[in-house]
Amino acid sequence: MPEQLLFAIEVTLNGLMAGVLYALVALGFVLIFKASGIFNYAQGVMALFAALTLVGIQQGQVPFSHLINAIFGTHIHHFPWQVPSIIAIILAAGVMVFFAWLVEKYILQHLIGQPDIILFMATIGLAYFMEGFGDMMWGSEIKTLDVGLPQGLNVAIDETTYGWFGYGFFIDNLDLVATLVAIVLVTVLVIFSQYTKQGRALRAVADDHSAALSVGISLRFIWVLVWSIAGFVALVAGIMWGAKSGVQFSLSLIALKALPVLMLGGFTSIPGAIIGGLIIGVGEQLFEFAIGPMVGGATQNWFAYVLALVFLIFRPQGLFGEKIIERV
Amino acid sequence: MKFTKIAAASVTALMVATPVLADLVFPSLSYRTGPYAAGGIPYADGFADYFTLLNERDGGIGGVAIQVPECETAYNTEKGVECYESTKGQGALVYNPLSTGITYQLIPKVTADNIPLYTPGYGRTSAANGKVFSNVFNFPANYWNAASLAVNHLLEINGGDIKGKKIALVYHNSAYGKEPIRTLEGLAEKHGFELLAIPVDHPGQEQKAQWLQIRREKPDNVLMWGWGVMNQVAIQEAANIRFPMENFIGVWWSGGDHDVTPAGDKSNGYKAVTFHGVGDDYPVFGDIQKYVVDSGKAAGAGDNIGKAIYNRGVYAAMLLAEAAKTAQEIHGTADITAAQMRDGMEALEITEERMVELGMGGFGPSFTVSCENHGGPGTGAIQQWDAAAGSWKLISDFGGSDMDVIQPLIDADSAAYASENNITERCN
Repeated sequence: MPEQLLFAIEVTLNGLMAGVLYALVALGFVLIFKASGIFNYAQGVMALFAALTLVGIQQGQVPFSHLINAIFGTHIHHFPWQVPSIIAIILAAGVMVFFAWLVEKYILQHLIGQPDIILFMATIGLAYFMEGFGDMMWGSEIKTLDVGLPQGLNVAIDETTYGWFGYGFFIDNLDLVATLVAIVLVTVLVIFSQYTKQGRALRAVADDHSAALSVGISLRFIWVLVWSIAGFVALVAGIMWGAKSGVQFSLSLIALKALPVLMLGGFTSIPGAIIGGLIIGVGEQLFEFAIGPMVGGATQNWFAYVLALVFLIFRPQGLFGEKIIERV
Repeated sequence: MKFTKIAAASVTALMVATPVLADLVFPSLSYRTGPYAAGGIPYADGFADYFTLLNERDGGIGGVAIQVPECETAYNTEKGVECYESTKGQGALVYNPLSTGITYQLIPKVTADNIPLYTPGYGRTSAANGKVFSNVFNFPANYWNAASLAVNHLLEINGGDIKGKKIALVYHNSAYGKEPIRTLEGLAEKHGFELLAIPVDHPGQEQKAQWLQIRREKPDNVLMWGWGVMNQVAIQEAANIRFPMENFIGVWWSGGDHDVTPAGDKSNGYKAVTFHGVGDDYPVFGDIQKYVVDSGKAAGAGDNIGKAIYNRGVYAAMLLAEAAKTAQEIHGTADITAAQMRDGMEALEITEERMVELGMGGFGPSFTVSCENHGGPGTGAIQQWDAAAGSWKLISDFGGSDMDVIQPLIDADSAAYASENNITERCN
């Protein structure tokens, strides 16, 4: 097989894996948008905050230690214990549920009936608040995230493909784990929304708020539920991305990777987020591989948006989005 | 009544926030927030802690207390310029913005305001030419020195011959990241190696395509010009594709402790260029611990002492303090102005004897700044990460860079700037 074709296949496979990571971020946006019509600007910061909380709990860090030390002149930083990864993940998920409750109680509840743009603006405020709050709570230095996920070259794939083609494909073990996690997550979410009472209520709210309220569905409960699930998805995305770069402010910027995925896949579709992520992942990696060297490289960021715009021209609601027709 | 109270409170707040005019003011245009905070925080801490040490131990410089008002730039050029405008009226003696983007914007402003701009190891490289850039200083080394120092190291470990080698440059796709390309092209021509330039877009969280390309191209060595999250991801991706860490060399801005720790043991052996000492085995750090950290006056938690970027902040502050001292001696006054500070920087002389007195013997080179040369000696060394010990080790002596290649580039770039801005060369 020609060498360039082998490289292209390797790039495509890695693009698919990168796409899964983008889809994980996009999923959080979709869940909240689907249930409440809110474009949650804070989703990227939620991933950062969740990952910071996970590492903080795991390493036994004292929350707000900088503040406590500054006020009381103490020198405390850590508790004399470390928490096993699985317990730390459960506790971090618990914190995200508590966060969802706070958001509903102190922000969303007061904005019921307001135009969508007001709710969007509220999430912008929430994002900046969480950025500062996360920094104050856990500090802004880079934290190493180690929950035991395998990373680096998958030797089995490398050796097998080498045996077949004389060229070993590079596939990152972490990307394989992320793919498995994404499959499980999406399956659970689909089962939850199709076959459980709460899931049906969630879909009812998504279809029509007023009609859902009229049949006794609690909007407040649904909002807490959906923000909790989005918080958990943010935690998963934070773990996957944080394992690559350490947990630091830049994690909040991964939201930028989700936007073209949403534009392409549609804001209201869980499968759309996945398919959109895969298309963006493969598209940007192949473009960088084939065209990048001719135009100076570093094309991934802008090409993802170009790709999304092209799709938008032909299908404004995205591949799987709902076409909204409003009659006056 | 209410208005009077608000006015009184505002005046009081201003009095507290504004440095006393007689103090020596070294504004710190820092970034403790945003995507580059991990590097900005230790630098700002080191910069502030050294001046606090001088206040606490020596009573300031020449008996005058020092103020280090901080202004948060978040590494954002517009905010950096705002910080400059809002602090220059406080009697600012010199600016050190730790950002090449902010530096480019400030060069014409500081020249018009006659305030010196100090950019050690960053900024506009050709500002080393004092004949054109009267108010900008970038001693003791600049980006082009760093590129040459990295190549010199490769020459050293390859018996002086790197002809036919393939060297990749992974760089931040910005003015900063593109700085070394011309120098490396010149060095490639001179030494006969092949240069492969691979850009990474801001912020650098995703670099899969770049490292797959490196895996395909199989370069002998990779050089990195990164900052922020790009560094950590690059080191992790290099480890993922099993690129030998000892063949991977970063510029000094890709050589922080926080750059290597996220990859754990896999970053062992990674190298970086440096223009100052590593670790905390220098008496000055004992003094910082005693007078600053233990007394609760540290800018941060006090746990960055000896880390690469913290040390760089300390080193920058020390050189500026010595320049201020020189200015006091030249002008016979302790309360120097920014213009006098500029004179002190241009007459700065650092000797090993003085470095020992300061508790920093062997930490940096001996050098003299002159009207013509604002860039210093351009010397540096190679540091290597020891993951087991969790520290950097110097694996080479401090050596010089290839000025035969660099000087013509400095002359050409500064001449172009002089022509564009109608600047007549000085120092004649």
